[in-house]
Amino acid sequence: MNVQAWTFVMVVASFAIYIGVALWARAHSTGEFYIAGSSVNPVVNGMATAADWMSAASFISMAGLISFMGRDGSVYLMGWTGGYVLLALLLAPYLRKFGKYTVPDFVGDRYYSQLARVVAVVCAIFVSFTYVAGQMRGVGIVFSRFLDVDIDIGVLIGMGIVFFYAVLGGMKGITYTQVAQYCLLIFAYMVPAIFISLVMTGHVIPQLGFGGTVSDGSGQYLLERLDGLNQALGFAAYTDGSKGMLDVLCITAALMVGTAGLPHVIVRFYTVKKVAAARISAGWALLFIALLYTTAPSVAAFARANLLNTVSDAPYESVPDWFRNWEDTGLIHFEDKNGDGRIQYTGPTSAIPNELKIDRDIMVLANPEIARLPAWVIGLVAAGGLAAALSTAAGLLLVISTAIAHDLVKRGFGHNITEHRELITARVAAGVAVCIAGYFGINPPGFVAQVVAFAFGLAASSFFPAIIMGIFSRRMNREGAVSGMIAGITFTAGYIIWFKFLHPELNSAEHWWWGISPEGIGVLGMLLNFSVAILVKRFTPGPPPAVVEMVERIRYPRGAGKAHEISV
Amino acid sequence: MPHKQKYIKYWRKNLQYLAILLSIWFVVSYGFGILLVEQLDQIRIGGFGLGFWFAQQGSIYVFVILIFVYVWLMNRLDRKHELDEREHDE
Repeated sequence: MNVQAWTFVMVVASFAIYIGVALWARAHSTGEFYIAGSSVNPVVNGMATAADWMSAASFISMAGLISFMGRDGSVYLMGWTGGYVLLALLLAPYLRKFGKYTVPDFVGDRYYSQLARVVAVVCAIFVSFTYVAGQMRGVGIVFSRFLDVDIDIGVLIGMGIVFFYAVLGGMKGITYTQVAQYCLLIFAYMVPAIFISLVMTGHVIPQLGFGGTVSDGSGQYLLERLDGLNQALGFAAYTDGSKGMLDVLCITAALMVGTAGLPHVIVRFYTVKKVAAARISAGWALLFIALLYTTAPSVAAFARANLLNTVSDAPYESVPDWFRNWEDTGLIHFEDKNGDGRIQYTGPTSAIPNELKIDRDIMVLANPEIARLPAWVIGLVAAGGLAAALSTAAGLLLVISTAIAHDLVKRGFGHNITEHRELITARVAAGVAVCIAGYFGINPPGFVAQVVAFAFGLAASSFFPAIIMGIFSRRMNREGAVSGMIAGITFTAGYIIWFKFLHPELNSAEHWWWGISPEGIGVLGMLLNFSVAILVKRFTPGPPPAVVEMVERIRYPRGAGKAHEISV
Repeated sequence: MPHKQKYIKYWRKNLQYLAILLSIWFVVSYGFGILLVEQLDQIRIGGFGLGFWFAQQGSIYVFVILIFVYVWLMNRLDRKHELDEREHDE
C-alpha cells in the first residue's frame, strides 16, 4: 500500500472509533453534559486532559518551532508544562471542592457579582474561539496534504465528526474520545521519534539520543554537530538563545499562568469524584503531556540536523520526493538566486543569500519522510495530527456551549429553565459553536497567530489572579476582583493591540517596555490585576459572611462535597 | 465552619508545603533554565550543557515529580487532621 492508502485507512479507522465511543457514552443530564457526572477515574481524566491540552500546535507545530528557535524554544516547553504545577497546587483541588460546572460559576459566586460572571464568560468564550479556529485549520491542512482533499472539505469533515460526538456526548462523550485520541496521538508521535533516534544516534529513547553521539563513527555529540552546522550556515548556535533574558522569563511565565487559567483545562478537574482525585489527576495529566513535551525537543534537534544534511548545498535536480511534495503545497519554497542549480540555505549572518524558505509546520509532518520511514508511519502521523486537533477542538467547543447555556442563559439572565431545556440549549449552542469554528477554519482571519498571544495573555491577566485570590484570600471582595480583572485585561489587551494590530512596524525589542514582547505582557497584566485588586479591597467593604464561609469550606477536602445537582 | 485549631494548623501546613514546592518549581525553571543557563552550560552531561538540559528536559521532569510529591504530602496531611474525604462525602 502507498502512503495515501495507509493514511486513508488510519484516518477512517480512528474516526470510526470516535463515533463508536460517542454512541456508547451519550450524555443524559446536564451534569453529564457539562462535567461527565463527576465520575471520571483520575488516570482517565489525566489522559483526557492531556489530549484536551495538546493541540494541533503541540503536535504539528511545536517541534518545528523549536527546531528553528534552538534553546529559545524552551519558552514553550517550560511554559506549557509548568502551568500544571500551578494548576495542581493552587487551583484544581479547591475548584473541585467548590463544585458546580464552570470557571464563571466560581468567579460569579465567589465575588457575588453578575458583572464578574459576565466578564468571566466573555473571556472564556473569546479565549476558546481564538483557539478553536486554529484547530479546525489544522484539520484542513492535514487532510489536504495527506489525502489530496481540498482544505475546506477537510475542515467540513472535521466539523462533522466533532459535531457528532460533542453534541451527542457532551463532556462524557468527549472524555472517552479524548482518551482514544491521546493513545493514538502519543503513539503516532513516539514511533517516528524512536525510529529517527535509532537511525541517527543508536538510542531507542529519543530523550537520550538528544544528548547522545551521532552514529556515523565520528563520536561527535548530536548537539555539537548541530551547533557547528548552524554556525557554518550563518545561524546562531543551536544551544544558544537570541531572545532577551527578561523577555524569555516573561513569555515563559505568561504561558505558565495562562495555561493554568485556560477554562477548557480547568473544567476537566470538575469531572473527577473527589478533591484527592483532582490533585492526582493533574499529576497524571502532566506525566502524559511530559511524554510528548520531552520528546518534542529531541525531534526538533533530529529534524534540524536531518534537514541541514539533506538540503544544504544539494543539487536541486536530485532532491528527494518529500521536498517536491511539500513544494506543491507551498510550504517549501526554493528560489535559485545565484543560478548554480544548488540549494543554499543560509542564516542571517552568512554572506551568501538564503534561497530556501521552509514553513516550520512541516517539520513534524515531513519528518518520517525525511528519515525515509515506512508508509504506514506517515499515515499514522497524519491520523495523530487529526486526533490532536479534534480533541482540543471538542474541549473548547464544550466550554463555549457550557458558557452560553449554563453561565449566560441559566445563571446570567436568571432564566429558570428546566433541566431538559437547558440540555437542549447546551446542545444547540455546541452545534452553533461548531459552525462558527468551521467558518473560521475555512476563512482563517489573517491574525490567528497573533491572537494566540491574546488567549494566553487574557487568561493570565483575568482568570488566574481572580481565582487565586478567591481561594487564598478570605477578604478579597467584589470591588477588588472586578476592578483588578478589568485593569489586567485592559492593560494586556491594549499592549497587544497596540503592537500587533495598530503599529506592527513598531513591534520590536527597542520599542517594547523593558524589552517585553506582547507574548509575555500577560505577566505584567497579572501583576497589575493583583495590585489593583488588593488596593481597591482596602477601601471597600469586605465580602458577606456567606462568601467567607464558602472560602473556608473549599479549603478543606472533607465536608459537604457535592455542591451541584446531578439528575437524570 | 467552626474555627477549630485543626483547621488552622491544616491550612498553615498546606501553605508551607506550597511555599517549598513552588520555590523548587521556580528555581528549576526560571533559575536553572533561564537566569543561570549560561553558567550551568559550563557543566556538561553527555552532549548536553546542564543549563540547556534544564531548559528543554530537566525542568519538565521536576514538574511531574513535584505534583506527585504534593499529592503524597497532602493525602498524608488530610488523614492526619482527619480532613480526608469520607465515602458519603462523594
